[in-house]
Amino acid sequence: MQQINSALRHVPIWLVYLLGVLPAPALLYAGVTGGLGVEPIEALEQRLGELALQFLIAGLAVTPLRRFTGLNLMRFRRAIGVLTFYYVCCHLLVWLLLDVQIPAQVWADILKRPYITIGMAAFVLLLPLALTSNNLAVRRLGPLRWRRLHRLVYPAAVLGGVHFVMLSKGFQIEPRLYLAAIVVLLALRLRLPGRGATRGAESRQARGRSRGESVHNPVGKASDAESAWSMRP
Amino acid sequence: MAKRWTNTLTHADVTPRAAFLNRRQIMAGMAGLGLAGLAGQGRAETLEPNSFEEITNYNNFYEFGTGKEDPAQNAHRLTTEPWSVKIDGMVDRPGDYDFETIMSEMTVEERIYRLRCVEAWSMVVPWNGFELADLLALAGVQDGAKYVAFQTAYRPEEMPGTRFPVLDWPYREGLRLDEALHPLTIMATGIYGKPIPNQNGAPLRLVVPWKYGFKSIKSVVCITLTDSQPPTAWNMAIPNEYGFYSNVNPNVDHPRWSQATERRIGGGLFAKRQPTLMFNGYEEEVAGLYEGMDLTRNF
Repeated sequence: MQQINSALRHVPIWLVYLLGVLPAPALLYAGVTGGLGVEPIEALEQRLGELALQFLIAGLAVTPLRRFTGLNLMRFRRAIGVLTFYYVCCHLLVWLLLDVQIPAQVWADILKRPYITIGMAAFVLLLPLALTSNNLAVRRLGPLRWRRLHRLVYPAAVLGGVHFVMLSKGFQIEPRLYLAAIVVLLALRLRLPGRGATRGAESRQARGRSRGESVHNPVGKASDAESAWSMRP
Repeated sequence: MAKRWTNTLTHADVTPRAAFLNRRQIMAGMAGLGLAGLAGQGRAETLEPNSFEEITNYNNFYEFGTGKEDPAQNAHRLTTEPWSVKIDGMVDRPGDYDFETIMSEMTVEERIYRLRCVEAWSMVVPWNGFELADLLALAGVQDGAKYVAFQTAYRPEEMPGTRFPVLDWPYREGLRLDEALHPLTIMATGIYGKPIPNQNGAPLRLVVPWKYGFKSIKSVVCITLTDSQPPTAWNMAIPNEYGFYSNVNPNVDHPRWSQATERRIGGGLFAKRQPTLMFNGYEEEVAGLYEGMDLTRNF
């Protein structure tokens, strides 16, 4: 695991952004050229929504992966989070501009249709997280407030999963697998009753470790905040 | 094959087609033919059918998967020969009707119909088929019958989608008898003059053009005449979203989406939505069936 972790340290963050951004234009191109079937609007909307959930789940997996397997992807977590928001925005834009098209209808749908209300709520919750996903915001807010703010990703993730389940017709497996993954990843963060003391120690230890590692991160404070955040329920 | 010659109508020997129709059905059929004939011609001129490729690659046939392209990919596994339709319940001649025999008795014609899915997309399909009324007359509908129930084939070994409890299989649908006997209601056996592809409901499927697509049950193996409203698959699954009637109605929204507009398949990535028509454009022909009914309650 140490070898993998040290190899990962050489992967530049910009590469994650680049590879992460590409599927959206590729899908758009496929939609224009017939690669998404005879009804490309719905297909594009759905694929972008799924990508958003996939990145969301990847972001939520970073902490449990480190805790339970030792794999350290913390460096990439901001990129994964920002890419999640990118796909949420793409999904939302396709819904607004290509799918619904009628502005009055958009507002009516947000108010009237629970699965759209829930999807929009998830977007609204992610908005401040996207805006504060930069070193300046972490410094301005301070690690404690930044960490608290970014716990909003938990309700947003649940809402995103519920949104997918609610829009499917009949009893479909796939959306439920997404929701289950989200719930499991959140449950792994829960502190078991009676084990608080041990976990607290673990958490302090982890914080210490991450401070030691901050030489690998140009912004020591951000690293501190993020790792501390990750240890909280 | 049951005997189809049961009534004593004098027209029977003059017009073979009328031979197996009882009096009431002839009257309804005539009235319908007049209306549908005229209106049908008008529609045929203005309605541009979707391409064969579009019609056969964008399907809801959950027995083969919930993705729109799953049926096109998986439906080849369905054995359609031999095929028989069991017609039972309140009929004079219940039994298994062999598909070939049915076809030899029916007059197949082309019907270019709008197809409006409850998911707010639409197509125009040039069906080939015969009127359901003719098939029912083959079995002889008894006097007390009020509803017609249909069932799709349920073969887990051929239908990968049925391994998941998406719906309570087999797929079931139903019509009121007057809806079933309406001349617009057909059993389709072809598209563009070719045998209907499996993903579209081979070898024969119902087409009720003024109702949402899910009412037009595919790959029918059983037709039962009853005196009580039969259970239907989507209504059983989510009764507050899918009613028994499910007539296309732009003024009554589905709880999860608006039904006021639709997107015509084939318009590409920038297709504009267009207004949905009352009874999917067949208001003149079918509004009479629902006179005095509250269509918001009977959705």
